[in-house]
Amino acid sequence: MFRRLPEREASITIEVDGAPVPAAPGDSVAAAMLAAGIAAFRHAPVDGGPRGPWCAMGVCFECLVEIDGEPNRQACMTTVREGLRVARRPAGARPKP
Amino acid sequence: MSADLAIVGAGPAGMAAAVEAAKHGLSVVVLDDQPEPGGQIYRAIERAGPRLRTILGGEYAAGEALVRDFRAAGIDYRPDSAVWRLDAGARIAYSRNGTASTLTADRVLIATGAMERPVPIPGADRPGVMGAGAAQVLLKASGLVPAGRVVLAGAGPLLLLVGCQLLDAGADVAAVLETTAGGDYLDAAPALPRALAGWRDLAKGVAMKRRLKRAGVVFRSGVGGLAATGDSVRFDGGEIACDLLLLHEGVVPQTHLSRQAGLAHRWQTEQRHWAPVVDAAGRTAEETLIVAGDAAGIAGARAAALSGRIAARTAAGKEPAELAAALARERAMRPLLDRLFPPRTALPDDEAPVCRCESITAGDIRRAVRDGAMGPNQLKAFSRAGMGPCQGRMCGLAAAEIVADERGLPVEEVGSFRIRPPVKPLTLGELASMEGEAAEAEAL
Repeated sequence: MFRRLPEREASITIEVDGAPVPAAPGDSVAAAMLAAGIAAFRHAPVDGGPRGPWCAMGVCFECLVEIDGEPNRQACMTTVREGLRVARRPAGARPKP
Repeated sequence: MSADLAIVGAGPAGMAAAVEAAKHGLSVVVLDDQPEPGGQIYRAIERAGPRLRTILGGEYAAGEALVRDFRAAGIDYRPDSAVWRLDAGARIAYSRNGTASTLTADRVLIATGAMERPVPIPGADRPGVMGAGAAQVLLKASGLVPAGRVVLAGAGPLLLLVGCQLLDAGADVAAVLETTAGGDYLDAAPALPRALAGWRDLAKGVAMKRRLKRAGVVFRSGVGGLAATGDSVRFDGGEIACDLLLLHEGVVPQTHLSRQAGLAHRWQTEQRHWAPVVDAAGRTAEETLIVAGDAAGIAGARAAALSGRIAARTAAGKEPAELAAALARERAMRPLLDRLFPPRTALPDDEAPVCRCESITAGDIRRAVRDGAMGPNQLKAFSRAGMGPCQGRMCGLAAAEIVADERGLPVEEVGSFRIRPPVKPLTLGELASMEGEAAEAEAL
């Protein structure tokens, strides 16, 4: 879905659902995931539909993922660092009460 | 700890206010939720290489001097800080690196800036549909360029600007679909007298539109019935295949913090958003709280920096007369720009997702009103709209407008969601880590 301009070299690696994903220093987790072709970050808890970042600036909360074991973190508001681990919430994991 | 002035936000208004306040001898703390200063407009300017600077243009590069001054001013700058509560006693609660703290100040300047107006069309919540401003943020911060076919749809100067920037970055921009007739005004622009305030913006709009057309981008005005399908955008009388759909309908003030702090807000009928009630120096009914920049009303980066300086100088007890004159000149350009790019007036279709967090459509909201919801706050109880993690940031404006429309009342009269702390999600762990003078009992 996105590619990277050559002047932002992906020199570090994060992990998304166990797979390595390249990232550039200063990237948000969301940017690194989008650059790796990941469009769906989570499934909506109510309708179960796939969702991805809308605003990229901390407003919409559509990019919530688990980061280093902590659930519901905003991927667009978290800066990458070597070895950071992302887990996406599987579909239907948290049905509406 | 206590400061003379605490500033929330490190965009043009917050940075300029901090530099000005420090110059007048005030102790300043700046809290910002981003890792670097600049706000969204000058996002990651310190890291931008030559190619990005060329793509993003002079108005972006102009932010570098301000960021440099800000870094050099010896300000207590705390990046990655999410402010989740502000009280009129000028006490701030915020989280940084998983730890919650409080700080107090004689005055707090709210410089939280703007956000893109959400664009609720059917399918807008699918992956592959984003704000045009979001694509620009990804370009600034990470040098990301859309890899497939892109369509931009909506209204406002940023739609054209992002279209041009993506072209320059080598993206395959297939079409720009304007929901307003704004493009027609641009066609007539060369005939307008150059003395007109805002002529420069107008000329820029014309140039951007020409650039897009010359590059073979399909251009339509007055487009209705937009819907995202996942691999195309549909509209009345057409459909265009695309891998990424970028929507935009202008920017609106971020008012969650000013609302939570209890400040009065007024509905801006022409721009269709709320703005806190402030005087010319950003002062509010609360002596300790000031608002500057786009958070007080959309006027752009240059005006934001000026209003930040005015607010800081006023807080320092100095007269900002010449700055006020410069700000008035800057704002004089605004009315024309607002008229050229009015937000579309049509309310969302019944199938459009308005509250994305809780999957509530415009139709659900209309039904709730018919069932007896009188205003946005009752709407929460009827539908859960506004009760998800974004806390109504994405649905608040549209929800209020739909309720008002259904009830045949002005938006001002039906009001807005009541915003309560914490305005950013807070973990129990963060709360338990509470440092500073406030006891945890006071936190919520």
